[in-house]
Amino acid sequence: MLHETFAELRATFDSARRDETFWQSYVDVTTSYGGRPTPVTYCDNLSRTFGGARIYVKREDLNHTGAHKANNVMGQGLLVQRMGKRRVIAETGAGQHGVATATMAARLGLDCTIYMGEVDVARQHPNVFWMRQLGAEVVSVTDGTRTLKDAMNACLRDWADSMADTHYVMGTVCGPHPFPQLVTYFQSIIGQEARAQMLAVAGQLPSRVYACVGGGSNASGIFTGFLDDPETELVGVEAGGKGVETGEHAARLAGGQGSPGVAQGYKTVFLQNEEGLMRHTHSVAAGLDYIGIGPMLADLHQRGRVRFESATDAEVVEALRLTMRKEGIIPALESAHAFVAAFREAPTLADTSAILVNQSGRGDKDIFTVADALDDEDWKDFIGQTAARYAR
Amino acid sequence: MSLEGVLRRGLERKPILLMTHLVVGYPSLEDNWAMLEAMNQAGVDLVELQLPFSEPIADGPRFVKANHDAIQAGVSWSTYFSFASRAARIGFPVVFMGYYNSVFRMGAEAFCSRLAEAGLSGFIIPDLPPEEAVDLNTLARDCGLDPILTMTPTNSPERLAQIGRQASGFLYCTARTGVTGRQTDLSQGVAEFLRRCREATPLPLGLGFGIRTAKDVRVAREHSADIAIVGTAGTQAWEELGVEGYRSFLKGLVDA
Ligand SMILES: Cc1ncc(COP(=O)(O)O)c(C=O)c1O
Repeated sequence: MLHETFAELRATFDSARRDETFWQSYVDVTTSYGGRPTPVTYCDNLSRTFGGARIYVKREDLNHTGAHKANNVMGQGLLVQRMGKRRVIAETGAGQHGVATATMAARLGLDCTIYMGEVDVARQHPNVFWMRQLGAEVVSVTDGTRTLKDAMNACLRDWADSMADTHYVMGTVCGPHPFPQLVTYFQSIIGQEARAQMLAVAGQLPSRVYACVGGGSNASGIFTGFLDDPETELVGVEAGGKGVETGEHAARLAGGQGSPGVAQGYKTVFLQNEEGLMRHTHSVAAGLDYIGIGPMLADLHQRGRVRFESATDAEVVEALRLTMRKEGIIPALESAHAFVAAFREAPTLADTSAILVNQSGRGDKDIFTVADALDDEDWKDFIGQTAARYAR
Repeated sequence: MSLEGVLRRGLERKPILLMTHLVVGYPSLEDNWAMLEAMNQAGVDLVELQLPFSEPIADGPRFVKANHDAIQAGVSWSTYFSFASRAARIGFPVVFMGYYNSVFRMGAEAFCSRLAEAGLSGFIIPDLPPEEAVDLNTLARDCGLDPILTMTPTNSPERLAQIGRQASGFLYCTARTGVTGRQTDLSQGVAEFLRRCREATPLPLGLGFGIRTAKDVRVAREHSADIAIVGTAGTQAWEELGVEGYRSFLKGLVDA
């Protein structure tokens, strides 16, 4: 159904890549509108707490709208302009990609529909509010597991009908060709900056780079900068949920429960049963709660270039609390997965070495989930009073 | 006889054939069997049996629910194939419909031999692009199975020609873009689309997506479609009208 649409997108992307001014025009928007470059922050207190390697953080949380998702969206916005389409659609889990897409649509004067699983609409509601304020239509997806994969299915269904005037702004490095490549291309700005910044700030390349992996776009983005540095080990961190052994998680590679499959228009490692039916996934972080993984990352894993680990919900909340208290930095629940693995491994490394954590986003959106996890009495009082005021 | 041969013989007797559909296991296997009996009595010409999948991206809400409910009820490959082999013994040709992950997980050879053993005539895999299907289609033809490919209104003439060259059995032409289950305005461009399909292949042309009533079947016939394909409307009729209503619904389509 979408054969001609993909051909058009591939052609547009290829000609943009060949155009020598295109990358610069992309960097220009991410600078003037998005706030790039984002800094690398040295975290002295965390480094002292764990001993061992010095801990540096790449601050993608400082992007406009608060996550790395904005990079890819600004890039695809340029492609939308080249194709002359007037409407965009996107899937979103945590809501960060949806909010970023809604800002782009507002700025470029495009109609915008965001599909979001019903479960995520409930747990990431601050982002639903902002998407609607920005003029986007937010559709709550009620079939399947009502999370990211189902939002992606809804986008593919919409697009199969609307392709003539609509572009699907895929939010991660998954889906049919050329999306994995295209999203990696735009997100590679993270790794390009980070490598130069590490040399300038730390005076050395990191011995390890940590990134959380939902679909894998922030990981692909930062890893790309270090692929040719064999002394830098790349570590992807998946959602361990309630523990990989419980089955309630979204770890496709770490733990070895994923298997090869072809669904949602692409071939990769999925969490599925023997007959190819997708399993239910679980994570405290909506953006990591997904069955598949970027095919290029799965390949890097198979070739031994990227190691995969997982972090449980409980470890994530603990790492988040510690990062806030020690450094005054508020990572998104997704990003906090990368911190967990870094904290686990830092003490085992020499204190002359440096490690880099990609903080893919900021945690403001998670206020309800985190307040719940921390069982914060004051917040519960406030919500109770607000609810009572609305009920009156 | 080949699937194409059976269809051609049918077309000597009537101007248009009718293909109906069901999702195996929805609402239940007993209901499915009663539906098949009704199809046989009404004179339906061929039937597609859908293997449920968790991510049915080419389907609209009614079939998405049907897929998910059937999975919930525990429909597995072995449930599917034992049902399908009973269905294939009724008399009309029966074709597999399902998503590629099921085929991929089964393995192409096992898939083809299970279909052939069950007595099915071919398969429709809506999420498998023809360029990815070359090996599977070669294997299938060796097993006497026809890969049934899809043509859509957005396909360029070159694309239609390419699909035409790879097709066998018949073509599944979608009257519009999008997913199953939505109304289609058959007066808009369908005749022209079918003319383009006809130029790309001498095989019988099935028209589906949004065919719901006897009037739609007549329009399909006027536009020289060889097969009217009724999917969602059939499941809806079963759910809303019961067995008697379903029978007269089918009768209406066959007599159109
Ligand atoms: C802050 C943040 N980090 C990470 C992710 C996971 O996506 P990816 O693996 O594509 O970076 C999301 C997705 O919603 C997110 O919002």
